[in-house]
Amino acid sequence: MLPKLVKRPAPSRFMVYLSPVLALFLSLLAGIVLFVIMDVSPLAALHAFFIEPISSAYGLSELAVKATPLILIGVALSLGFKAGVWNIGAEGQLIVGGLCGGAVALYFYEQEGFHILPLMMLAGIMGGMAWAGIVAFLRVKFNANEILTSLMLSYVAGLWLNLMVHGPLKDPEGFNFPESRIFSDSALLPVLHEDYRLHIGFLLALVIVGLGWILISRTLLGYQIKVSGAAPAAGEHAGFSTARIIWVTLLIGGGVAGLAGMIEVSGPIGQLLPSISPGYGFTAIIVAYVGRLHPIGALFAGLLLALTYLGGETAQILLNLPVAVTGVFQGLLLFFLLACDVLIHYRLQFNQPALAARGA
Amino acid sequence: MNETEHNLIELKGMTKTFPGVIANEDVDLALRPGEVHALLGENGAGKSTLVKMIYGILKPDTGQILFQGQPVIIDSPAHARELGIAMVFQHFSLFDSLSVVENISLGMDKDVPMDILAEEIREISDRYGLPLDPHRYVYTLSVGERQRIEIIRCLLQQPKLLVMDEPTSVLTPQEVQKLFVTLERLADEGMAILYISHKLDEIKALCHHATILRLGKKVAEVNVDEESTSTLAALMMGEDLAPIVKQDHGSFGQIRLQVEGLNQPAFDSTGISLDEIHLDVRAGEVVGIAGVAGNGQDELLRALNGEEKCRSHECIMIDGKHVGLLDPNARRKAGMASVPEKRLGHGAVPDMDLVDNAFMTAFHRMGLLARGLINYPKTRQFADKVIDEYSVKTPGSHVPAGSLSGGNLQKFIIGRELHQSPDILIVSQPTWGVDAGAAQTIRQALRELAANGAAVLVISQDLDELMEITDRIGAICGGRLSRFYPTSQMTIEKVGLLMAGVALEGDSQDAA
Repeated sequence: MLPKLVKRPAPSRFMVYLSPVLALFLSLLAGIVLFVIMDVSPLAALHAFFIEPISSAYGLSELAVKATPLILIGVALSLGFKAGVWNIGAEGQLIVGGLCGGAVALYFYEQEGFHILPLMMLAGIMGGMAWAGIVAFLRVKFNANEILTSLMLSYVAGLWLNLMVHGPLKDPEGFNFPESRIFSDSALLPVLHEDYRLHIGFLLALVIVGLGWILISRTLLGYQIKVSGAAPAAGEHAGFSTARIIWVTLLIGGGVAGLAGMIEVSGPIGQLLPSISPGYGFTAIIVAYVGRLHPIGALFAGLLLALTYLGGETAQILLNLPVAVTGVFQGLLLFFLLACDVLIHYRLQFNQPALAARGA
Repeated sequence: MNETEHNLIELKGMTKTFPGVIANEDVDLALRPGEVHALLGENGAGKSTLVKMIYGILKPDTGQILFQGQPVIIDSPAHARELGIAMVFQHFSLFDSLSVVENISLGMDKDVPMDILAEEIREISDRYGLPLDPHRYVYTLSVGERQRIEIIRCLLQQPKLLVMDEPTSVLTPQEVQKLFVTLERLADEGMAILYISHKLDEIKALCHHATILRLGKKVAEVNVDEESTSTLAALMMGEDLAPIVKQDHGSFGQIRLQVEGLNQPAFDSTGISLDEIHLDVRAGEVVGIAGVAGNGQDELLRALNGEEKCRSHECIMIDGKHVGLLDPNARRKAGMASVPEKRLGHGAVPDMDLVDNAFMTAFHRMGLLARGLINYPKTRQFADKVIDEYSVKTPGSHVPAGSLSGGNLQKFIIGRELHQSPDILIVSQPTWGVDAGAAQTIRQALRELAANGAAVLVISQDLDELMEITDRIGAICGGRLSRFYPTSQMTIEKVGLLMAGVALEGDSQDAA
């Protein structure tokens, strides 16, 4: 007999934390089935995916590099999702932030000075905010669904970046390749250790995690975000304007995504390319949910999802697996997570209790 | 015993248990022909279980039923009807698209030709003052008229015992009066009536004897004429209720809340637009607004507390200062607190714990923010104090608001607002769905707040409540407010007219 879903009297706090673990376990299981079908040894594949990438100091540093944008955006998106503002266009905000930060770097090309990096950061944040601001404006003014507008603006951003690196920002000495000049040293994020690519952006991400934590758990704004998301009418009763929450959460999300974009171009990439992100902005949605919309959770979820990027590359190199396996893994994880989240509000009941005898 | 022979029906030692609950425990009840007997008790006291056993819907675990002196086992409603027991349920079972006579015909145990049945219906409706056209369709009838169908359906069987389960909860005061006249006439003709209610005024008006149930047990059988409503209430709840003390009219202070020419278009197509609202509440005064649900009460509350901003700054004044364009928190700062009708999702966030919910409307006035950060120890203290002072039954302040019962959550929400000692309190349906003991605590607290110099505005559908606690009363109908009259000069009937949008004639003048 199929088990039945029975509503719990109160949401289970235990399942809130168990659900991501369960989802990870199920994703691994599904992955094993997938590898068997593809005629690859599951053991070797899982090793290549999850163990190999982090069995060296270099691997760990690369994990932190990849996790940086995921953590940053994951924390910022958590705030919006908690408020019921569904910004799924962080990818676009990241691209615009990277483009703006990169433009500043190219403007100061072959100049030196400590003012360049802060200016790039500012440009990145403003760029991401502006891109998300369009979404907020459309939502507040015309009640346009932010899921659609933010997603569509992501494609616009990608095309815009392409246009720029094919045109005005193209390297004049680059043999007509669609790439910008390589940034000068003052426009590159300092690395933490000269042997590795790990840069101070990771520390910045840790700071954002801390700030996000304080914001959501301690400040009035965080409280407003939680109330507006959980019960909009109660939010209005408490005097929190819905429009303001939409603006604030989208601007924070956009600003941080923009910062992540600037960090990418000024850190590991070091120039503007037609593509500056392997979908960090979209993966960060998974990060936010696996992290239970909590900044500390986003930190760990960011590291986990970064591992799927690294693992995908290793598996490609060692086992000739297609790079799409990364996406499949990420998708499976979100899919199973959403399924497991049902268990927060419902429990499984395997056999029905006898119906209480009632009178005729 | 001699008495047994006179009794139409007698219940001895009735016990009925459901898994986990004892619904009735050793309950006795006796009715004589021609007696209107009240079965009195709070929600969940076991009244419905008892009458369902009388009507054969439930079978008792133990206990005996004597009908006209003979022991009987009533095993189905049809059997009950055969014996001469009829029942009018709280919820009607009628087909909207059929006529009155068709509906009644469907419920008959035997086949009667339609035209003869229609004639019988007409006869009974004439005789007992229950005007009803047998050929009208049910969907065209008012709630009161629909109830008449159910009553006539019962009377057609010429029952000896008529059981009525909370019949007045859906009626206007005028309809209640008509119903009582009918019931009295039936009793005069020798029919026994078992009248189930928790409305004490009705029982005082209609019944002579009452059996009182509490937590499934019979706690008393009393002669209603010798008891007051407060002694009946004490028996029903197991505790004494202090009477509500009102202040002298002379002692009202200055106007604290003043509304002048408030117009508010409807928020959406199902909403009600507010039309030229004029209103004032003085210090020390409790003003009531009656009304049938959905006549603009919610819109009025939202306009007053700032959730919907007004179109002009001047239309609402707090202590003489214009606040029409201020948001809810600015109005709170100015001294206004409010309690919306809907508790979960409007007055409180179901998924958040009581500490977070305490913070929601209190952070300004209680100083729960320190340098932009929430002071959680202080907020927790505040929440605990509210829980303690208003005896909110909860395992602690850490549980989500949604896990509290309706009455307890209402105590918490009202306590949260009262504890901030507001100068003006606007509260909608303060005791809806709250058990009688808690309701009395809340009403008492509202009066006390006024006695300390606050202005209190109560929006309620419960007329008894408004008559009990207000100094002036008016009604809202279709988004328009009636004039206000001193409560001492009003009767339930007059308020009923105001609720229907009818202006009162003559002498009563607006006290303000």
